[in-house]
Formats: sequence, C-alpha cells, structure tokens
Amino acid sequence: MTSAPGRSWDRGLVWVGIFGAVFAVGLPLANVLGYVSDYYLNLFGKYLALAILALGMDLIWGYTGILSLGQAIFFGIGAYSIGMHMMLESSGKGVYGEPVPDFMIWNQVYALPLFWKPYTSAVFAIGSSLLLPALLATVIGVLTFRRRLRGTYFAILTQAIAFAVWLMLNRNEMKLGGTNGLTDFKSVLGFSLSSQGTLRALYVVTAAVLVGSLLLARAIVRSKTGLVLEAIRDNERRLEFLGYDTAGFKIFVFAVSAALAGLSGLLYAPQVGIITPSQVGVLPSLEIVIWVAFGGRGTLWGALLGAISVNWLRSVLTATYPRLWPIILGGLFVAVILLFPAGLIGLAARCKKLLARRRHGVVAAAVVAPGVNHHTA
Amino acid sequence: MHTLVAVLAAAWVLTGLGGRAAAGPGAFDLEAAASRLAAPATQKDVLGELAGSSDPAVERLLRALKDGALYAWKGRTVLLGDDGGLTDVAGRPVLDSQGQPAQLESGAEAVALDEAHFGLVRRTLERFEVFGRDPLKRQSAAFRLGTSGDPAAIPVLARALEGETNGDVRVALEDALAKLRLRSSDAADRLGAVKRLGWRASEAAVPQLQALLAGETDPAVRAAARTALQDIDRFVVQRNAIGYLFNGVSLGAVLLLMSLGLAVTFGLMGIINMAHGEMLMLGSYTAYVVQEIFAAWFPGYVDSYFVVALPLAFLVAGVVGLALEWGVIRFLYGRPLETLIVTWGVGMILQQGARLYFGDQTSVNSPTWLRGGAEVLTGLIFPWSRIFIVVLALAALGALWLLLYRSYAGLNVRAVMQNRAMAACLGVSTRRVDAVTFSLGTALAGVAGCALALIGTVDPEVGKTYIVDSFMVVVLGGVGKLVGTVVAAVCIGVSNKLIEPAIGGTAAAVYAKVAVLVIVIWFLQWRPTGLFAQRGRAATETA
Amino acid sequence: MSAWSRREFLKGSLVAGSGLAAGIGFPRILTAQGKEPIRVGILHSLSGTMAISEAPIKEVVLMAIGEINKAGGVLGRKVAPVIEDPASNWDLFAEKSKKLLLQDKVAAVFGCWTSVSRKSVLPVFEKNNGLLFYPVQYEGEECSKNVIYTGATINQQATPAIDYLMSPEGGGKQKFYLLGSDYVYPRTTNKILRLYLTKVKKVPESAIAEEYTPFHHQDYQTIVGKIKSFSAAGDAAVINTINGDSNVPFFKELANQGVTADKTPTMSFSFAEVELQTLDVKPLVGHLASWNYFMSLKTPENLKWVKAYKEWCKGHGIPDKQCVTDDPMMHAYIHVHLWAKAVQKAESTDVEKVLRALEGLEIPSPVGKYKVDEKNHHTWKPVYIGKIREDGQFDVVWKTKSWVRPAPWSEVTYPGRDCDWSNSGKGSFDVVGGKRMWLSDKS
Repeated sequence: MTSAPGRSWDRGLVWVGIFGAVFAVGLPLANVLGYVSDYYLNLFGKYLALAILALGMDLIWGYTGILSLGQAIFFGIGAYSIGMHMMLESSGKGVYGEPVPDFMIWNQVYALPLFWKPYTSAVFAIGSSLLLPALLATVIGVLTFRRRLRGTYFAILTQAIAFAVWLMLNRNEMKLGGTNGLTDFKSVLGFSLSSQGTLRALYVVTAAVLVGSLLLARAIVRSKTGLVLEAIRDNERRLEFLGYDTAGFKIFVFAVSAALAGLSGLLYAPQVGIITPSQVGVLPSLEIVIWVAFGGRGTLWGALLGAISVNWLRSVLTATYPRLWPIILGGLFVAVILLFPAGLIGLAARCKKLLARRRHGVVAAAVVAPGVNHHTA
Repeated sequence: MHTLVAVLAAAWVLTGLGGRAAAGPGAFDLEAAASRLAAPATQKDVLGELAGSSDPAVERLLRALKDGALYAWKGRTVLLGDDGGLTDVAGRPVLDSQGQPAQLESGAEAVALDEAHFGLVRRTLERFEVFGRDPLKRQSAAFRLGTSGDPAAIPVLARALEGETNGDVRVALEDALAKLRLRSSDAADRLGAVKRLGWRASEAAVPQLQALLAGETDPAVRAAARTALQDIDRFVVQRNAIGYLFNGVSLGAVLLLMSLGLAVTFGLMGIINMAHGEMLMLGSYTAYVVQEIFAAWFPGYVDSYFVVALPLAFLVAGVVGLALEWGVIRFLYGRPLETLIVTWGVGMILQQGARLYFGDQTSVNSPTWLRGGAEVLTGLIFPWSRIFIVVLALAALGALWLLLYRSYAGLNVRAVMQNRAMAACLGVSTRRVDAVTFSLGTALAGVAGCALALIGTVDPEVGKTYIVDSFMVVVLGGVGKLVGTVVAAVCIGVSNKLIEPAIGGTAAAVYAKVAVLVIVIWFLQWRPTGLFAQRGRAATETA
Repeated sequence: MSAWSRREFLKGSLVAGSGLAAGIGFPRILTAQGKEPIRVGILHSLSGTMAISEAPIKEVVLMAIGEINKAGGVLGRKVAPVIEDPASNWDLFAEKSKKLLLQDKVAAVFGCWTSVSRKSVLPVFEKNNGLLFYPVQYEGEECSKNVIYTGATINQQATPAIDYLMSPEGGGKQKFYLLGSDYVYPRTTNKILRLYLTKVKKVPESAIAEEYTPFHHQDYQTIVGKIKSFSAAGDAAVINTINGDSNVPFFKELANQGVTADKTPTMSFSFAEVELQTLDVKPLVGHLASWNYFMSLKTPENLKWVKAYKEWCKGHGIPDKQCVTDDPMMHAYIHVHLWAKAVQKAESTDVEKVLRALEGLEIPSPVGKYKVDEKNHHTWKPVYIGKIREDGQFDVVWKTKSWVRPAPWSEVTYPGRDCDWSNSGKGSFDVVGGKRMWLSDKS
C-alpha cells in the first residue's frame, strides 16, 4: 500500500505540502477574508485534531495490525490535562465565583485536590497530555506484549481497560467532573477563548501540528522500523524466528500512537470547549477504528481522510437528516467495506487504475485493493 | 333482626339498603353522635368515643366529615354523596316531604372539622383499613398501625385478629399487636411482645425494640430485648448472605444468557459481531410486538404472550442473523476487523430503524405469573422473573451443549471450526455450516433479549449496554469453550454481587464492576487465553 | 505559519476581520430586516438515550410555533424553526448550539434537557449573547443572563415533596433514601435536600442514605435489597432522581422484591407522564411524583391544550398511546409563547430587548397563572404532588395554595444569595451587610 521505502525525496512530500498549504494557510486566510465562516473554521479545527488521533490509530492498527480499543483513553488524558489547566486558569470566573472549578462546589469539594495542583502550570499540563499517554501505553504494552498477549485478546483487554476508565471517569468522586466532564473554559494560555482570533490561532496550530504528525508518521513507516512493524502485522511468528524482539517494536509504536492521541486531545479540548467521559471509552475508541477503516487502513492519507470525512458527514447529516443519519452513516460503512475493502483510498486507487487502463487501453483484471485482503489482522 | 343490628355492626349497611328497616339502638346512637359531631363544642369528645370503632357506618361518617360532605339538614345530620344525593348516617337515602330524594339548598355549609382534630380523624380512618376487602391492603394497614405507636389501635387490631382468616394478614396483625404492646405498662405483656418479635426475627421492629431497651427498667424484659435484637441481627446477616448469593447467581445467569450466542459466533467462529447487541434488541422487540398483538387480538390470553414470544424471538433473530451472514459476513471470513466495522454499521442501522419504527417509547409488561416472587425467608424474596432467567439460561445451555457435542450437526460445526479445509475435503458443506452456526448464535441472542425484557428496558440502545460485558465473559472463559463461558459468567456474576455490598458507599455498583474488570484484566495477564484455553495452534492464532 | 508569533497573527486577523465585517457583513444584515421569517432554534435530542424525553418537547415547540404563525406570526414575520439533533451527546450539544447561533443566527433557542447538556451549551450562549429557553426542572445554583429557566427550581419541586412526605398525609416519613443517576442534577439536588433535611427538618444524618448509579444502569438488585433493609420499619421513603431508562429496571425490581408504595413510597423528580408510558405501570401504581403540571389537571386551559395536542398527534403520525403531555412539555409550550409575547412587546428580536420585555411577563397557562420573575430569569408556577394511577396518569394528592416564587439559589445552602438581571443587575449576588456583592465582581 505504501510506496517502497526510499530515502530519497518523493512525490508524497509534495502532497503533504499541498495539504499543509490548503489547511494551515488557505482555510484560515479564507476565514479572514470572510469566505469561510468562523463556525466552519472551528469545526474543521475539531476535525483536524481528530485526524491526529486517527493517524495514531493507523500506526498501531493499520501498520502494525494491533487493534487497540484504548485509544480514546489516551485522547482523554490529553484533553483532560489541558482541560484541567484551562479550568484552573478560569477559576473564580464561574457561576459560584469560588476559587475551585464549579463542578467541585456541587460535589462539596471546596479545596483544590492535590492531583489538580500541578496543572496550574501550562508546561506541566501540556507535558502530561503528551507523556502520560505514552507512559501508560508503555506500561500496558510491557504488561501485555511481553506476555505475548496478542490479537483479539489485546483488543478485548484494552476494551476492558477503556470500559473501566470510562466507568470511573463518570463518577463524580473522581473529581474530574463526572458525566459532565470539564467545560466552561474561559481562556487558554492567557488568550480568551471568546475571541475569534484565539480560535483562529488554535486552528492554525492544529493544522500545523497535524502536518508535523503526518511527517513524523511518514518518517516512522518509511524507516526500517516501519518495515518491521508491517512484518509484525503480516507474520509476527516468522519475525520472531528471525530473532526480532517484536515486543519492543510493538511497545514503541503503541507509545507513539498514544502520544499522538494525547496530542489530539490537547488540541481538541480548547477548540470544542468541553471534554466529557463520553469521548473516553469503548464506543469512541471503536469509532476511531471506523474512521481509519473508512478512509483506508494502512495508509496515512486514509486515516486523515477517514477522520475528516466521517466527522464532517456526521455534522452534516445530523443537521439535514436528523432522523435518518445513523442509517445513512451505517449503510455507508457497510457499503464502503464490502465494495472497497481498502476504504476511500482504495476507492481512489481503483478509480485511478480504471482511468489508467482506459488511457493505455490495457485489458487487465482489476484487482481490488491489493494487499489488504491477504492478511488477517 | 334487631339483635343482629345491635351486635354486628357490619350488617348495618345491609339493613340500610333493605329500605325502611326499623332503626336499632346502635343506629340511634350514631345519629346522636353525628349531631354532636356537628357541634364544635362536643366534636372532640365524639371523635374520642369513635376512635376505637370498627363500624363501617362510622367510617363513612368520618370520611364525610373529613371531605367536607357532612351537612346539617332540617335538624338531621346527612351525608352528601358523589351523585349529589343525600343519605343519613346509616346509608339510607333521605327523602323530602313528597317522598322524593332530597336536595341540599344552595349555600348550605358543610360541618366544619376543626383543624386540631384533623390528625385524630385521619388516624381513626386508617384503622378501618384492617377490615378492608383486599388482604394486601389489610396487611399493610396492620403494619402501619403497628408502627404508629398508638395504643388506641390495640383493641382494633385485636378485633380484626378475631375475624381474620387469611394467614399472612394474621401474622401481620400479631406482629403489629406485639409492637404496640412493647409500650404496655404491664411488664409481662412487654416480655411476651419482645419474645414474639425476637422469635419472628422481625427486622421491622428493631427501632421499637431499641427504644424499649433505652427506657426499660425490668431486668427480665431488658435481657429478652437484648437477645431478641441479637437474634434479629444474626438472622438479617444470614438472610442477606443468601440474598447476595442469589443475586450473584441470577446476574451470572443474565451474563450467561447474553454471552451464549457470542460464545458461538465469536468463540467458535471467530467473528466479531458488533451487531450482537442489536440481535438481543430484536429479541426484546419481538416480545414487545407479540405482547401488543395479544393485547389487541387475544386480550383474554395476554398472560401467555411470553410463551409465544420466546420461540419467536429465537426465530426472528435467527433469520436476521442468517440474512446478515448471507448478505455481508460471508464475504468477510478471515477478516475479523472488517467484519467488526461492517457489523457496527449494521448495528447502527438496526438501532435507528427500531427507533424510527417503534419510537423510543415501548415497554414489556411481565406476565402475571412472572410478577412478584417467592418469599424464601421473612423479607427475602426471590423474584419469579429472576428464577425464570436462571432456569432459561440453564435450559439454553443444555440445548446448546446437546446440539454441539451430542448431535451430528454439532459434529459438523466443530469439524468446520477446527479445520475448515479438512472438513470440506470430507464433504461437509462449510458454507452451510457457517451460515447455520452464525444464525444459531444470533438466535440465542434473540432469546436472551426476550428474557431480559422482563427485568430491563426495551429500547433501541439496549444492545449497547450488554455487548461489552458479553465479550468479557467469552474472553475470560476462553474462546471456543462452552464450559469456560459458563464458569466465567457465574464467576463474574457472583463476585460482582459479593463485592458490591462489601464496598458500600454511594457508588457500590460501579466500584464493584470496576473491581471485577480489574480482576479480569489481571487474570488475563496471567492466563491470556482465558480460564479454559483451547489447546493447539488455534489458540494463539485466533485474531 | 510558525514564523508568525501568535499575538501578531491575532492582531492581524482581528483588524482584517473587523474591516471585513464593515464591508461585507452589513449588507447581509440589512436584507435580513425585511419580511424574512424569524429563525428560532430547536435543540433537543431526537436520537440517543434522551430522545424518549426530548422528542415530544420538539413536537410541542413546533406546535406552539405553528399556533403563532397561524395567528400571523411575530412582528408581522413568520417564525421558522431550525431543528438540530444533538443525539444525546453533550459535546454535540456545544457544536450544535454554536451552529445555531453563529451559522443560522437564530433569535432564540428552545432546548436542552439534562443539566449536563445545559452546562455544555451555557458558555456558547454567554459568549455569543444568545437566548436559551430551558424547559426542565433543574438543580438551581445557576442564573445566566442568557437563559430563561422555565422548569422548576428546587423550592418549586423537591422541598415541597419532602414537606409532603413528612406530613401525616404523606405517611410521616422519617428516613430518606436518596437515589439518583450520577450527574449534576441529582448530586446538587441531594446536596440541598440533605441540608434541608438535617438543618430545617432536624432529621439525623443516620436517617439519610445516598447512592448514585451511572446512566443506563440496569441492575438494581443490590440497591433494592438495601432499600428494603433501610425501610424495614416502614418509616422511610425513596427520593428518586434516576434519569431515563434506568427507571424501568429499578421499579420492576422494587415491585418484584415486594417493596410497596404504601409502605415505602418512591418520590420521583425526573419522570413524568411521557416516561411513564414507556414503563410497565403496574409496579408503579401508588408511587409519587412532584411536578408543576400533570396531564390530569382539570383546568379549562389544560383541557384545551391536551385536546389541541391530541389533534397535533393525529396530524403527525404520533400514536395515541404515546400522545401524552407532561411538565417539561408544558413549560416548553408556554415558553415559546412567552418568547413571542416578549418579542411583540419589545418590537424587536434583539436579545437585550427581549430579556427586558420578559421581566415580569404574565401568560395564561395550563396550570393557571404563570409568569417570568421580574429579576431572576426563572418563572412562577404552582407545585403539585401526584400519585401514579393504573392508566399511567397522576392523581393530584397535594398542591400549593398559589404559585411559588422561584429561588435559583436555595435558602438552605446559600442564605441571602439571589439573582438580579433587571436594569442594573449583574446576576447572582450575596447580601453582605445589607449591600449587594455581585458574584461576578468577586474574581
């Protein structure tokens, strides 16, 4: 699916450049000029943040073949970390006018809990949103991969962890806002969230970070490590016989994907203005899988395309077909996977092939999505 | 006739309805009492005299007084009925001089009930309930009088006990009497009451016994009260232990029932069917539809709708499963993750389809034979619906086991699942086996959904609440092992229900669930392939 | 992009933005002043778990808008609803409210059910100076400039219910089991009720139990067992703030384990006639609920309204069985008319002017007299306590003599705290030494 690894400059990089130019420069410029409304810019900021999450999922699932159903936890850690910081930044400006976040008052907590204290520091909050997920992933990875827990068992295990985390996060005793989560942020890093300028800047930062993450992910999958990862997906046993320490590679990629998820949460929370446990659990984790599969698993562009298109579709459909949208979206999932197992990217590849065939007049058997149906995950 | 009226107060109504029966001495008294009731000065005295009465005419009189339907009319005291007609205290219609039903003149003022006596009237009225028709109401009335701490209720209760034939109500009456006698001035009376309450292990009497102990001077009564409290305490602990165990087993049965189907589709076939929850939902809606059909066309047999719904749920979910396999899943064998996404999409469609068709407002009524429960010990009831689910889970398990391990078809299924190529070589139609096995799994989910509708909700999201638990059970048990699924379900159920009361606090249910999850996660670390691992290569290559 | 410093970028974009607003924005606004319809938003979940409660609200809001349009609209313009489905997802509530305010530029939004959803849209409304009408009873301790709260506050629902239960008519209950779903409304309500019980009613702490279950909790075996022990002596009541579908397994379990309404009544604050239609009513008969409105009320306005809604159901394919009215629906229906009346009075849809016009605005309603408070953005209405009947309706067993003043800040938790948005008001304030201390000035 990916082009053969090569050290030399390649055409893919051009696409990254175009993507960056369109989303990081073009869209905000269009917004400034009034062609794109503030609402849509903000909405796209959300999609792009989620695209980073999808990138991480693609690394671990698409490339390495490990289905992690805990990605939403890492996303949640990122979002909650920055959320806590923002809550503290705006403390005292809430309904109650108390120095602790509002939800603590109705939980009868009047002094800031100890684990909240470090989050007054922005550096700590950002660090925690990136490193905490990576750390947690490493711990889970060491405990599972070293134990040769793999395949479905890993998926179900991470699902159980996500379920437990979700259950706990919903409890108000956790002092993280319970079902309500964290909301009513007033400012981020000193910039008021009610000004369009801040939101625009956040959008630009998100787009830039997405491009950066894309480059990082490209670098990983095109390196030797990337090859090993794909080999793990295709035949881990053989790789072990060849003397590779597959567990180490798996832990590495799991940690990277977790850090990307945390990064995504970090950018998501200030733009959307709320983070709740409903974004941290089994169902949202599964949704990430859906995005990647829909866009095209095992290709980085697929992950981006999937995250942005599914979320965009949901926004549009909930507004235009409030009663029918789950049926349309569900039907789309079925259709895309059945007809184009390689997702939207596979569809694009197929179109390209058809075009090429017509152009060259070559009669060749159309091969649907090479490479995807041969391996089991 | 006269003596009858005088002795048996209840017969008054009959004589009253019988027309112009001569007024007995009792009736005369009542008439006088009524007129005194109408005078503010004597109201309190009369209320005191009537307080111990069990006479239905007195009840009628007091109720009228409370509701403002008692009037002074031409020197008599009359009651205003709901239909606007007037009756006298004995319930006979009042006629005017022309012999026509009398009417109140407009502007007539009802007899006023002094605010200060309102409570007394209410309490007196409550006492009448121990003579009511419905035994359940008599029972709870007896209970209420027992806790009222009102000694004036003792004679009423005693009288009720004389005439009572229903065993449960008799016990309730005796308990109530004992509770009230705890306040008796006679030490022997108190001792008897304490002993009875201790012997009955009556949890309801604990506050009264404690109150007694606080003020009691008689050493014998004190000692007895202390023993009684200990007895009650011990009984409650033992009873609760049995209760928790039953709760655990019944939760285990619920888990088993909903995981059995998954044990087939996921455990045996390795298909991650995210629409499994929706198959469960289909079962629940089948129960609902059958109930509605019965209510509309066979209202006389509505109680037996569930007997029809259960096999029908099996069929409906089975057929939908067959269609799902034929239309979608057969293209995706060997690609479990694509299956996951497609079935997720199918689940979304089914869910919203159900919402659009049925709306969000549906309910399944348990048939009357599954309502309530069996009182195993005082205060411990095993609900019939839970017992039914335990039995159903066992039956489904037995049937599945026979099918898989004791039938030719089951042999085919196991052969295909273990070595597809070899089975195909030997002439087994693997396509057909796949389709039938998958459909069996979904059909079992349908049965589970139908049964769970008895204790839970029927709504489009019902599947989502069960799916994670179901996967957990199957994985913990060991994929591909039926016995593992059973053991895992019961283990999770019982440990959950034993941990829950042990934790206490405001969130026991959640913490128990999290604790069980942690145990499961830890256990899978230690034994990644579950409780009962499948031997051989298949175990490590299931993905 | 990284070459730019953020501040410079902000400055640049702000200047450019304001210039553009002058150039391009104004003509668009001017054309909107014509005979175009006035857009209003409806923000109720039509899918997901809250749909059961919220979908009927959408119906009555549409019905009220239809009535207004039939009568010639507002200010000579029709009212056009924009319906959004936030799908019971709190994050989507925030996104959808942004869309309504920024994209559709609606004059008012009728929406939200759970306190969670209200809390998540609140910043959006305050930031963009929108106007939200919120129809559901809630926990108080909030008083936003941009929200009109038509549902009951604690003193218009919960504390009267406690008074009733402790009165001789209510069974003289002395012990209370507070059971709820784990979110803002039950937590805050129970916090206030606990204080009310211990401080005002002198109930000892040991006679109060408190427990929370997650949304969609299905297994109430153990909890009902605990309730049974707790209420063994027959002097206890359950205060139920469980939300939505979890009520079904809870009440089924209560009935199956033999907890009866006449011994241990359950007083519910979160389900009404609509939810009752989804339950198997038999196990619920005799249990209680406290609301500002019951469908069974016999006021002439209510009879008329119920009849009109039945007609509406027929025209919109809603089965007769599901065609019931309840308290939040009544508030939702009334607040659309309140808004229209206020716009008419203000002769503008401008949020500030409409808010001024709403102060003290009275309107006839199915519960009789109904008005918006002069100052605190809440409404005055009576309180009823009803007993569930076999047919899924309520028998009124108790009611307040007159309408009750809304108190967003409970007297028990925050004595002396109130809220004032009229003229010089700046929202919530404490009275310190006879002077008002605005909460917003505190920080």
